[in-house]
Amino acid sequence: MSETNLNFQSAGTQIHAGGYYFQWRLLKDHLARYGVIVGGLGVIVAIALIFFFLLYSVFPLFMPATAESVAHYEVPGKMPGSTVLLAMEEQNEVAARFTDSGQVVFFEAATGKTVSTETVPIPAGTTVTSFGQGDPAEGVVVYGLSNGRALIVKQQYKQTYPNGERVITPSLAFPLGETPLVVDDTGAAVEKIAVQANDEATIVAKAGNKIRLVSFEKQESLFDEEAGLERTDAVLDMPVYNLTDMIIDEDQRNLYLVSSDGRLSFFDISNKSHPVIRQHQNVVAVGEKITSLAFLNGDLSLLIGDSSGLVSQWSQVRDELNRPALQKIRSFKVSNSPVIGIHAEQRRKGFMTLDADSVVGIYHSTAERELVKETIGEPGAVAATLAPKANAFLVQSGDGSVHFWHVDNEHPEVSMQVFWQEVWYESYQKPNYIWQSSSASNDFEPKYSLVPLVFGTLKAAFYSMLFAVPLALMGAIYTAYFMAPAMRRYVKPSIEMMGALPTVILGFLAGLWLAPFIETHLAGLFALFMLVPLAVMLFAAFWHNLPETIRQQVPEGWDAALLIPVILLSGWLAFAVSEPLEALLFNGSLREWLKAELGIGYDQRNALVVGVAMGFAVIPTIFSIAEDAIFSVPKHLTVGSLALGATPWQTMIRVVLLTASPGIFSAIMIGLGRAVGETMIVLMATGNTPVMDLSVFQGMRTLSANIAVEMPEAEVNSTHYRVLFLAALVLFLFTFIVNTLAEIIRQRLREKYSSL
Amino acid sequence: MIKQWFKSGSPWIWLNAGAVSICLIFVVGLLGLVTVKGGGHFWPFQVAEFVYQEQGGQPETLVGQITDTSVTGAAMAKAAGYDMAEDEDTLVQYLIKTGNRDLTGADFRWIRERNIQRQRFPADIIVLERREWGNFYGYLIAVKEGGNTIAAGEQALPVVQERIAAAAAIFKEITRIEKKEIGAINYGLERLRLKQKRFELENRWEPAAEKRIAAEKADYEADYERYQEQLGELYRQIRRDSLVARTASGKELEIPLDKVVRLYRPNAMSLGDKTVHYGRKLIEFLTDSPREANTEGGIFPAIFGTVMMVIIMSIIVTPFGVIAAVYLREYAKQGFMTRLIRIAVNNLAGVPSVVYGVFGLGFFVYIVGGNIDRLFYPEAAPAPVFGTPGLLWASITLALLTLPVVIVSTEEGLARIPKSIREGSLALGATKLETLWRTVLPMASPAMMTGLILAVARAAGEVAPLMLVGVVKLAPSLPLDGNFPFLHLDRKFMHLGFHIYDVGFQSPNVEAARPLVYATSLLLVIVIIGLNLAAVQIRNHLREKYRALEG
Repeated sequence: MSETNLNFQSAGTQIHAGGYYFQWRLLKDHLARYGVIVGGLGVIVAIALIFFFLLYSVFPLFMPATAESVAHYEVPGKMPGSTVLLAMEEQNEVAARFTDSGQVVFFEAATGKTVSTETVPIPAGTTVTSFGQGDPAEGVVVYGLSNGRALIVKQQYKQTYPNGERVITPSLAFPLGETPLVVDDTGAAVEKIAVQANDEATIVAKAGNKIRLVSFEKQESLFDEEAGLERTDAVLDMPVYNLTDMIIDEDQRNLYLVSSDGRLSFFDISNKSHPVIRQHQNVVAVGEKITSLAFLNGDLSLLIGDSSGLVSQWSQVRDELNRPALQKIRSFKVSNSPVIGIHAEQRRKGFMTLDADSVVGIYHSTAERELVKETIGEPGAVAATLAPKANAFLVQSGDGSVHFWHVDNEHPEVSMQVFWQEVWYESYQKPNYIWQSSSASNDFEPKYSLVPLVFGTLKAAFYSMLFAVPLALMGAIYTAYFMAPAMRRYVKPSIEMMGALPTVILGFLAGLWLAPFIETHLAGLFALFMLVPLAVMLFAAFWHNLPETIRQQVPEGWDAALLIPVILLSGWLAFAVSEPLEALLFNGSLREWLKAELGIGYDQRNALVVGVAMGFAVIPTIFSIAEDAIFSVPKHLTVGSLALGATPWQTMIRVVLLTASPGIFSAIMIGLGRAVGETMIVLMATGNTPVMDLSVFQGMRTLSANIAVEMPEAEVNSTHYRVLFLAALVLFLFTFIVNTLAEIIRQRLREKYSSL
Repeated sequence: MIKQWFKSGSPWIWLNAGAVSICLIFVVGLLGLVTVKGGGHFWPFQVAEFVYQEQGGQPETLVGQITDTSVTGAAMAKAAGYDMAEDEDTLVQYLIKTGNRDLTGADFRWIRERNIQRQRFPADIIVLERREWGNFYGYLIAVKEGGNTIAAGEQALPVVQERIAAAAAIFKEITRIEKKEIGAINYGLERLRLKQKRFELENRWEPAAEKRIAAEKADYEADYERYQEQLGELYRQIRRDSLVARTASGKELEIPLDKVVRLYRPNAMSLGDKTVHYGRKLIEFLTDSPREANTEGGIFPAIFGTVMMVIIMSIIVTPFGVIAAVYLREYAKQGFMTRLIRIAVNNLAGVPSVVYGVFGLGFFVYIVGGNIDRLFYPEAAPAPVFGTPGLLWASITLALLTLPVVIVSTEEGLARIPKSIREGSLALGATKLETLWRTVLPMASPAMMTGLILAVARAAGEVAPLMLVGVVKLAPSLPLDGNFPFLHLDRKFMHLGFHIYDVGFQSPNVEAARPLVYATSLLLVIVIIGLNLAAVQIRNHLREKYRALEG
């Protein structure tokens, strides 16, 4: 209005103003055009964004690990004595070099600058004859001395923050006192030694011709450390001549001894005064030697490296009689030269190997991945250590220099094999598909097999489609083709309204009302599946035989309304006979009978409940699209068929369904997409246990429910978080393919109809 | 005969008709179930007194309301491990709500009909709705003021009702002060703390600023003292009165009135009284906050949160949806590109909602929100402001989720507008934009409305993505309040759908919470069906209108 007024008032400037005004209008028009085009293309951008963001979040899972050299320098503290052990603290700032002369040199890992040098108090006149390391996380080592004594030493790193900067001060501590402990009372030199010390301490030592087990247990009532220790001594019943290595687990319950001929002896030392031999086993190929030995994190598996460059993982596996026995779970061909060192990660089930040619390899045991392989310096490496966070390592190479490397290895525990194949996890009897993402224990290894989740998803979708497809398609056929238009006007929106119902309500009813109901009326439910179709057929026959006059009372196409009381009645009958039926045929309870006779367990929230509830959610989708497809079959086709003498049913089957079949297919596809992605119903109506059981009476865990349950707890950018993104990506891709297929078919069909 | 009948195909047609009937029965049955179970929740049912004796036990008196009945056949009961007498054909059990959780440890108890010796409905049974420990069932004995009995027996009832009303008024005032006034003070103090930290971060922490902030702080603290005093007085008043009641087993109990919400005698109520009671409970349900871990009281915060989220979502989704639809219908050349976009739109509609949640969490919350925090709220670190699930992210995620609904609906509306109208406008010299803005879009507005209503209905019922991007079981404060900037987009909120999931499945006392969940479901169903019906109405109306135009 305002523009018109303006034009009337100033007629003289009309053309001039109009010119501007016209251009302004054109400009606006152009701007709007571009705005709208940008907005319209934004939809594609949005879906691409979702896809690429999911991909972007998943991608790091499949990035290879890398290691890069940061620094190398002369061996710090050129003291007498050669390196027996390298160690590093949490922050990768300070490292330690232990020598065979009892010196400990603490140095800066990045530069090699010596921070401090400590000397272990070894009594004059004795020498170090053996050395052993406990759990790396505890930082405990032991020196075996020439006079039959041993000294336990612990590294400590204190963090302080003067001036807001972190300073790490290393020091040594002596958990069992500074005086060496007597191991062998005859005073023979300790030739081999192993230790494990946390709240209690255990030492195994070969001295003289015996293998001695010495353990110290803390007495609770006393505070003074030395006075509060109770000592237990034992001698292992075993020949000693070819003993090469020993290792104790962190619980100080199992002891493993290795001999030069490749034999592994496994002792149960839970009773320290009576060590019991459990197993002797040859663990390497004939002619090979065991060259290194370490525990995988958690101390449930042994890693054994041999002279042929093979590292094998041995774990205690329980047999059918529940007896534990060591079994080889898997092995890695690490190199062609002997493996001289194995260093386990302290948080994950990964490990680092060092071979005689100074080649460092980083592996993950369960994922069976080789992540890093690098040659470090000159051949003839002496020692190596992996940082506690497994993000760096130190190697002392053959030419006497120390190399400091950074490792970028965020997600070693996953691989395609872990996701989709059977994996043999520690303490399991055999390889299996397992999803178990978290637990209370620290040593826990997350198990990320997607197979049980995909299986659960497909199982839930299958049972719900089994329920929904017949009902929805038959309903669509009748509604589109046989139903009276007046009735159709109400029926179609009512069924479509079902689709608008929030799934959380369906899930709630399924979980808290339907599940207990089915549990108590199981026989009734099966009776229902048989009785209802039967009743409908009987009623149809009865109706067919009624006199014409009565039949004509009901106009054509209102059969469905007639059937409602019939179905209600037969449904009621089915549940009424449920109990007598169970009493008569199944000793009172079908559930108990199934369990006792067929061994089928019954879960209250099972696939049957999900099938019904999710079927309910899927019916409207399938019904609506299929009904549209059937209804829009051109009329001249059906009329032609009828005119040629076909019955309405023949016309339906041979003409209408055939023509509409692509539409029906796309309806089923879209329904399937919905069933696969549905979250709340499965979350509430199943027990959410990731089992792989086809039984209709067992629950499942689906991809979507799994995301809903675990996503809020997953730490950002952790492996778990990314694996959940992968689950979302799998869901996305599945529905994307299904929907695109359905949509293309639908568009084709539309073109076909318009050409008919 | 039969063979011929089968050959005619007629039985199969009947079978198909049966499928339609089954679907209809499902819809009606489901709505009926929710209506009956949800609507019945507020009705004051009769409370019975049983004399009950377990086999081989002492007779005991129980007071409670029968909430469920289970009838099991003898054989099944035996299989389940029940002792059945020879003459017993069925095992009849009642679930009675006995309340008094503070005394017995459980709200509900299953009893066997066979063991009931006597059952009656004394008019003087009272039901107390309490702020903790659930309902109390028993008999009123006396009313006390400051420990002294002021009324007993029959006179106690009117007195106690009056006192409860007074206590409820005080309680309301206490809640107002604690939530609103002291809440505002806490909010103000937190803002001051952040302000100070911001100054420090920017190296502008000077004596002048320090003084100003200290002064403001002192103001708040003085206010706080004042309110604390008021509260002390109110608490003293509300704790003065108490009532003495006797349980069925004869135990006497003194219950302070500040813990009582309502007292009624269901057996003595007339139909009119019950209707009034029903109405009051319904209003409480719709307007009150939840009590007792969401299992009692109202669901107002959930309604409010849902509405807020839906409004913000609508503001975001409408322009984008309409623009995309206009592009598809009015600007784009129909061909490969539009086909691709339509496929994309349909895909967007078919992507599982939980995937939107994952996307929203990863992209909006952690990436966009995290960066907003780094840029604009450095003072709040390490506590996230927008880098954590909240109302804004939930709304945006759901806007993305409902975008296809708006696009499809608007496009349909645009397609129905006769070409002649556009051509007429263009022929009169209007530009394309003017044609759109002045003629096409106004005509298509009911279609947009339909799309928006459907989007709202979808968003109101969606739960899975919201669990990841901002919904919580109990939000301490509403996203809209009297503290600047009034609308808190970063806050977490409650949602009706999630409320159903949470209370129905995560609640420690599922049995007690179930009626409330049914009631919440009923409300949600009514809202969503109502919205959908409205959308259908508008669409039908629109179709009629354009049919007339074309003719």
